[in-house]
Amino acid sequence: MLINWYRFSSPVSFYPLASIGAQVFGIFAALLAGAGLFVALYVAPTDATQGDAYRIIYVHVPAAWMAMFIYLVMAGWSAAALGFNARLSAMMAQALAPTGAIMAALALWTGAFWGRPTWGTYWAWDARMTSTLILLFLYLGVLALRNAIEDPRRADRACALLTLVGAVNVPIIYFSVQWWNTLHQGSSISFTVAPKMAATMVAGILIMTAAAWCYTIAVALARVQAIIVERERGATWLESLIDLRQRGIGRSPA
Amino acid sequence: MSEFLAMGGYAWYVWMSYGAVALALIVETVVVRARRKRALKELRMMTPSTPVGRMRGAR
Repeated sequence: MLINWYRFSSPVSFYPLASIGAQVFGIFAALLAGAGLFVALYVAPTDATQGDAYRIIYVHVPAAWMAMFIYLVMAGWSAAALGFNARLSAMMAQALAPTGAIMAALALWTGAFWGRPTWGTYWAWDARMTSTLILLFLYLGVLALRNAIEDPRRADRACALLTLVGAVNVPIIYFSVQWWNTLHQGSSISFTVAPKMAATMVAGILIMTAAAWCYTIAVALARVQAIIVERERGATWLESLIDLRQRGIGRSPA
Repeated sequence: MSEFLAMGGYAWYVWMSYGAVALALIVETVVVRARRKRALKELRMMTPSTPVGRMRGAR
């Protein structure tokens, strides 16, 4: 089957797709979160050294990964927005920023509540913690810049530029535990070394991470729907959107 | 049940973490859905003759 993917680069064509995607990924997120929480809080055994405090890993690691991943995806959309002057790419970057900020804040918050019982402190100016705090400020900076510029197309370009400049921080976060020997421990899960944790613990983290991915996709697609309507209303495409709807095209089967 | 909630003495740390995550994600979902609903409502007010009300997310 031939699909004309370029069709989806215009907001009007993407709107129905975003609508379906938001629902499907929302359902996946709920199912995976349910299964993940069951493994995290019930199935997985208590850690021999950290007791039940270690269970924070099941929310901390997915939040921290998502904070980094979302930034990279946002940088990708920003590069596309600048390179191709594509409106929808800029809207996708705009839709991801608030969720990224929330994930970064949650990574710091859950990290603090894990650090207190295990390291004896809520906060230290450790390399990874500090670079994650900078990541949060980058997200907040992008959001503030968006609000400060009235013309959306100028805001798109300014935010894309700031996002791309800030992207240098992501590898710093990722490799910080190798480059600096500070308080934060090394990677919990490695792709090259066999896990040192129980299989159920690894499974719990992976299920929760999958749930976080689905949640992020669902909430970003729902937000981009709102952004499309807010920014494009009054434009001529609206009529074609209603045309599409009346013919039942793009309507979700549910 | 109370043993489960006690989390081996780490209840404060575990539930402050899980609680914050749950609260943040629930609030974000509610806010985003409200924003989408408001955007569609304003669109409907701008173009009263169009059947936007039938669009998904408008309810």
